[in-house]
Amino acid sequence: MAKFKTVFEDCDILVVGGGMGGTGAAYEARYWGRDLKIVVAEKANIDRSGAVAQGLYAINCYMGMRWDENQPEDHVHYARNDLMGMVREDLAYDMARHVDSTVHLFEDWGLPLMRDPKTGRYQREGKWQIMIHGESYKPIVAEAARKSADKIYNRIMVTHLLMDESKPNRVGGAVGFNVRTGNFHVFRAKAVIVGAGGASHIYKPRSVGEGMGRTWYAPWSSASAYALPILAGAKMTQMENRIVLCRFKDGYGPVGAYFLHLKTYTQNAYGEEYESKWYDQTKELVGEYIDHHPTPTCLRNHAFLQEMAAGRGPIHMVTTEAFQDPHKETVGWENFLGMTVGQAVVWASQDIDPKYTNPELTTSEPYVMGSHATCSGAWASGPEDISPDEYQWGYNRMMTVDGLFGAGDALGGTAHAFSSGSFTEGRLAAKAAVKYVRDLKNEQIKVSEGQYENLKKEIYKPLENYQVGRNEIVAGTVSPSYLLPIHGLQRLEKIMDEYVGGITVNYMTNEPLLKIGLEKLKILQEDLEHIGAEDLHQLQRAWELKHRAIASECVTQHTLFRKETRWPGYYYRGDFMKLDDENWHVLTVSRRDPETGEWTLEKAPVYHIVD
Amino acid sequence: MPTFVRTDKCDGCKGQDEIACMYICPHDLMRLDRDGSETGHAMKAYNQEPEQCWECYACVKICPQRAIECRHYADVVPMGASVQPLRNTRSITWTIRFRNGNRKRFEFPVRTTPEGSADPLAGRTENMDIRLIGDPTVMYTNDLHSCDTSQFIAC
Repeated sequence: MAKFKTVFEDCDILVVGGGMGGTGAAYEARYWGRDLKIVVAEKANIDRSGAVAQGLYAINCYMGMRWDENQPEDHVHYARNDLMGMVREDLAYDMARHVDSTVHLFEDWGLPLMRDPKTGRYQREGKWQIMIHGESYKPIVAEAARKSADKIYNRIMVTHLLMDESKPNRVGGAVGFNVRTGNFHVFRAKAVIVGAGGASHIYKPRSVGEGMGRTWYAPWSSASAYALPILAGAKMTQMENRIVLCRFKDGYGPVGAYFLHLKTYTQNAYGEEYESKWYDQTKELVGEYIDHHPTPTCLRNHAFLQEMAAGRGPIHMVTTEAFQDPHKETVGWENFLGMTVGQAVVWASQDIDPKYTNPELTTSEPYVMGSHATCSGAWASGPEDISPDEYQWGYNRMMTVDGLFGAGDALGGTAHAFSSGSFTEGRLAAKAAVKYVRDLKNEQIKVSEGQYENLKKEIYKPLENYQVGRNEIVAGTVSPSYLLPIHGLQRLEKIMDEYVGGITVNYMTNEPLLKIGLEKLKILQEDLEHIGAEDLHQLQRAWELKHRAIASECVTQHTLFRKETRWPGYYYRGDFMKLDDENWHVLTVSRRDPETGEWTLEKAPVYHIVD
Repeated sequence: MPTFVRTDKCDGCKGQDEIACMYICPHDLMRLDRDGSETGHAMKAYNQEPEQCWECYACVKICPQRAIECRHYADVVPMGASVQPLRNTRSITWTIRFRNGNRKRFEFPVRTTPEGSADPLAGRTENMDIRLIGDPTVMYTNDLHSCDTSQFIAC
């Protein structure tokens, strides 16, 4: 593929992905690294990229320490409880103690935060959430990042990390291609911060046909947060802990503000409260966890699923009471218009006015990400002052590859970070990365031409596959020698759905199913060597698919390893239906050997750092 | 709800290198047909992959000609309703039209400062003490960063 120009960029810190994590990294890196060269590579345009591209209506992680509303230890209790005991408490605490300062920055920059007229404090939606007019949340944050970085490269799909050849297990940068010009980009960097996105579209979505782009997490979240570190040999954690969302049906409209602020509530098709009916059955499965307050998200899902399976669906959200209050009605609609416009249309198109009709809810297909009520991601070092020795190897937020840092979805164990927490994690990673680069002093990284030229061939191969194979057929999309990205994506979604606990099997799996799933994923990845891309847009889709496939393999390995059902309502191991604290009160950690492709899995202790 | 572009309004951003919708789309969906060979409409943009559209409205909001709208996902959404925004630098107005003709309108602020005014270094450039880079309780911002280690369990 000589026709594509190679563009080099040498820098001190490369930030991959300019979402909330990446923009936070660019911002903080500039402060501590005044003399360093800081570069951001973003797949789309940082003005509207990442999970917050559409906007947000709430900031879900704000302590309110200055008003003594919550303290970092309260956040640890909350995240631990919601994830059934399993989080990296050191990372959670570290994010929480700094997150308020992040939110104050957003306000300085121009994000409209609602205030409680009586107290003058930020308007709370719930204990943790504050309400915002967040249509321009991302453009505002991007503005600060643009002024912080030396250079922002938009429209670069980063496909692989580069490794330093002068020292084993040390990162040396990244490569990718410009999805508009096709240019091949080689970033040689002393430190890399992965702020890329988690994974939508690895499970078959409920939406079909033209609607398949409508997912809860953005369709551009293509699992690069996981694929990049996995391919570099970094360890991953809690990848089995996928999330299933209870949302307004067909539009994925969020329910947080409805439950917490509008005080709406759910009932079955016959107007009955149902969660308490499933208390005894749930207690059988998870023991005392069902008595925790607030009830963990997965257990509320579990009751929902059981009630549906018992034939008393659909489940409705009772809105007709709250919506009689005009202020609450406005809040209810703005909640969607600010972040999930599609839900407003789903209702308007069916003449559903929640003032008079109680809308339906449903549970989504699973997603793998690291910043909501779930915590999949890379295994990373914690902060020096509060992390147990086993969680600490020199630099905060550094993965098990030297010089490779992460933030947002990329980091494992840090649930409930959301937008503000992801930005804060980016800041923490960047501060540590600056220290790392300074400590390297004059040590140089070495990336040979051979290394990036090999990757260049690999990156453009789908274009070649298409060019060659296209001549064999008259027209159409059916070729004997290549698959198009959409074909591969739908196969991946079907495998994950049927074998790894998706919607069509009611989130159920077991060891035999998972083993078949792994076989099929292996074959799929062999076939992806024959993926065909007609143009650069399809080449982006091809690489997004490859990232999703490798992340899916990791998810399946983890799901097989954990022999219990830790999060009923997210997924079930039919062969181990009960939560098993005796054997599985642990974090799962995996590593894929980049040479052989073999996986090793191990248990790591969960340390509770506060009572 | 995938977007579509109206032929009578789109002007291809008057032939600039990068047109507004292509510039902003988070999923690389919008494409300019310069010579009309792909669509029959030269110098107009179109959504090349509607089934990957999140209906995030980034293109709808940015289009200077207001040429882009959503016709929502055909798999579940009946025809006839629409949600259309009008955004300026201070606020956004949304008009929701129901299938039965009812309308609702909402206006919300989008930012409190002029566009382009966010200053990441505002008032903080003089205070940097590089010795603090190894102190995990300190961040760039002069703010409350609570850490009470007395409550920690020794592990």
